Amino acid sequence: MRRSIVITAAVGLTMALAACGGGTGSGEEETTAGAEETTEDGGSAGTLTIWADEFRAAALTDIVAQFEEDKGVTVEIVEKNFDDIKDEFIAQAPTGEGPDIIVGAHDWSGELVTNGLVSPVELGDAAADFSEVAVNAFTYEGSVYGVPYGIENIALVRNNALASDTPATFDELIAQGQATGAEYPVLIQMGEEGDAFHMYPLQTSFGAPVFATDDTGSYIPELALGGDAGTAFADYLASIGQAGSGVLDTAITADIAREAFANGESPYILTGPWNIAPFTEAGIDVTVLPIPSAGGEPAAPFVGVQGFYVNSYSENAILANEFLINYAATEDVQVAMYETGGRIPALTSAAEAVSDDPIAAGFVAAGEIGVPMPSLPQMNSVWAFWGVTEANLVSGVATDPAAAWATMVDNIQGAIDAA
Amino acid sequence: MGPFFLVKLSVLALINAFGLFVIYSAWQVSHWGILGSMVAILIVANWVYFSKRMIAAKYLFPGLVFLLVYQLFTMGYTAYISFTNYGTGHNATREDAIAANLAQNENRVPDSPSYPLTVVTGADGELGFAIIDGDDGVLVGTEEQTFEAAPDATVTDGDVTEVPGYSVLTFGEVLEQQNEITSLRVGFDDVDEGSIRTQDGSTGYLYRSVLTYDEATGAITNTDTGVVYSDNGEGSFEAEDGSTLVVGWRVAVGFDNFTKMFTDSRLSGPFLSVLVWTFVFAFLSVATTFFLGLFFAIVFNHPAVRGRKIIRSLLILPYAFPGFLSGLVWAGLLNRRFGFINQVLLGGAEIPWLTDPWLAKLSVIGANLWLGFPYMFLITTGALQAISSEVYEAAKIDGARAGRVFRSITLPLLMISVAPLLIASFAFNFNNFNLIYFVTEGGPNFPGSPIAVGATDILISMVYSVAIESGTQQYGLASAMSILIFVMVGLISWLGFRQTRKLEEVI
Repeated sequence: MRRSIVITAAVGLTMALAACGGGTGSGEEETTAGAEETTEDGGSAGTLTIWADEFRAAALTDIVAQFEEDKGVTVEIVEKNFDDIKDEFIAQAPTGEGPDIIVGAHDWSGELVTNGLVSPVELGDAAADFSEVAVNAFTYEGSVYGVPYGIENIALVRNNALASDTPATFDELIAQGQATGAEYPVLIQMGEEGDAFHMYPLQTSFGAPVFATDDTGSYIPELALGGDAGTAFADYLASIGQAGSGVLDTAITADIAREAFANGESPYILTGPWNIAPFTEAGIDVTVLPIPSAGGEPAAPFVGVQGFYVNSYSENAILANEFLINYAATEDVQVAMYETGGRIPALTSAAEAVSDDPIAAGFVAAGEIGVPMPSLPQMNSVWAFWGVTEANLVSGVATDPAAAWATMVDNIQGAIDAA
Repeated sequence: MGPFFLVKLSVLALINAFGLFVIYSAWQVSHWGILGSMVAILIVANWVYFSKRMIAAKYLFPGLVFLLVYQLFTMGYTAYISFTNYGTGHNATREDAIAANLAQNENRVPDSPSYPLTVVTGADGELGFAIIDGDDGVLVGTEEQTFEAAPDATVTDGDVTEVPGYSVLTFGEVLEQQNEITSLRVGFDDVDEGSIRTQDGSTGYLYRSVLTYDEATGAITNTDTGVVYSDNGEGSFEAEDGSTLVVGWRVAVGFDNFTKMFTDSRLSGPFLSVLVWTFVFAFLSVATTFFLGLFFAIVFNHPAVRGRKIIRSLLILPYAFPGFLSGLVWAGLLNRRFGFINQVLLGGAEIPWLTDPWLAKLSVIGANLWLGFPYMFLITTGALQAISSEVYEAAKIDGARAGRVFRSITLPLLMISVAPLLIASFAFNFNNFNLIYFVTEGGPNFPGSPIAVGATDILISMVYSVAIESGTQQYGLASAMSILIFVMVGLISWLGFRQTRKLEEVI
């Protein structure tokens, strides 16, 4: 008798728990409950929840306070680790527990749209105020899904103490770097798993973009990184890898590259704005330059754009859009975000406001020929194969570059087809 | 009515207060599952602890609750997910997918102007829009009533502030009806022209919807091309030519995820080599740590060794570090070019510890040995001290040598107490994700393999790599693979424990 009672209770409880599905933690519920109370008290007409990482959360504080005052609403900024925002949002938004707005990267848009989690944002006439690449980056299948605020791309950073004028081609740059007698002629981070992002300018200079584009310039899910151009790039990677001239080395991870450059061990590094502070703190005088071409065509780096997305399950769609269009897309906010994160503002007027900074101007110049990183969901299937194959070419594990590159293209195609 | 009863009463009062708080919170956000289970827990808790007859249940109840929440629910939910197509593109319900597809295909009419817009309500409380059209002045309309001219409306600073017959909503009132307003479409007389909608309550744009959903047939039609997308039973809207709409939903797919591991040629090849390595890794992990731990235990159990206590405490140190941290440190130490081991200990030899398949396997076993031997050292030290010294004396009298004593006495007696722990350790290492992920990330990858798995990947890290990390996320597949691992571990443990029982019977 006793036992059967316990078992019955146990079974009942399990079923009850299973029925509630992916219920969320109690912390989330408390927040929502609290928010409802505020509304009932009549103190404010609504509550907006924003997920952002710590840097962006800090940059938003002032403008959020202004918004709260103007509209008589409450805005709650929840700090999250940047790498967790997308996955947590995908898991929580369909349950209705997600935030109204998230701050994220443009290349999330494909996945978020495929899951039906973000609403198109109508920039209206304001679209013309943004840099074209920023709006294009947030455009997926013809609709704009986010309000962009920051643009970032990698560039060539020069240690002015070791080199003063930079040649026009990558081979000449390597020769110049070797002539200085520094430990490394040029630093490009990669690691044993490879780093296709930092290697991409070299690849595009051989005319092998990752995906093809249609006539409007949007990516289509058709691989373009194979063929003769891809093979030429693979050969080039092998020739400057460990089995070749030894310029590239898979042991050079991001940390090692940053430290070596900060120690003055190399005249050049390919890196982004996020690494400038450690260099200047180490007392290195740097100039930011466009990346020289290795294969003859322009060396176009990936351009990443950060921006605000609106949750399609949001109960506060009007408030969220009001905040994005009339507050986040203003010069003050975009400049504030630049000052805390170092990313070039997506709003043209804000970008001009910061252009007297030579570092910022250098990254803008290097990004002018850049291309947005594809936001296609298919892009997720590319990274792992791409990086590892490049690492194998550099380390000399892949002895036949053409075959290794062709196998990689087949595998990526297979992964895309299977997805 | 002793003091213990009062203590019990106050503890139960606290539990009930917490439970009621949870029930109240769950009720506010309509989480009926949590509410129901909490009510059940509270009722059973009060019954068990106030009844005089439920002695055994009093001890079992807390454990049972935690077992239910942290084990059974997790297992049940994983099993449920493994029979669905949950993953990227199949993330929510059918209604959500329909809404998302329709919303994504409602596009602004190219080159159409933006209209200053005001939200109004009619006499019967029906929501409507008042817009300023450049040519026609103020227009007003509702869901039912297409736009008509409102020549008597007042316009201040480019905004409509008054419309006869309608009342203008304040911003606060707009916020209270956000969902109704964003879903409101007000059309023009000419239907094909599209309809006005707003996202921020102050600007309207002309939109045309390309897709329409038909409730009766459950299909979505593209009004421009005439293509009909119907429910294909697999959680997507599919046209006749096989193309699907972007957003799908979650449906049950039966055993698809389970058979995929063996029938999908991209998975099945690597799956077998990973499976073999998982067994080898788990076995070697247990064997190496056990014998090293045992060796140290025997050596430092000998009374002749000086400073035993200090050495013993030092030996346990690796056990005190978090495993993932040690993994990261080992990855750094073993770096081919900059690692301490190559750089300092081996004088700059560039040995590819983590990038050669065999050396990488050796490295993870080695790192695990460092992490795992203290545990074995602890348990064998305890077990050794439990063996009576009389049996050793008897062996000595019989003239047995040290090796013989170890094989015939120490090891069998030791195995009785530590064998269950070895089985548990095997099960743990079978799923030792942290070590693999932080030391090698499963690499070096099999060259040319169609999925991104490598020589040191074990099953659980392969699950992570295939179903979550690379490409589109496939939680259904990940759950199915986890269930398979669970069954394997369960089977091995069951067989192992049966053998252990035989061990006891022999002695």
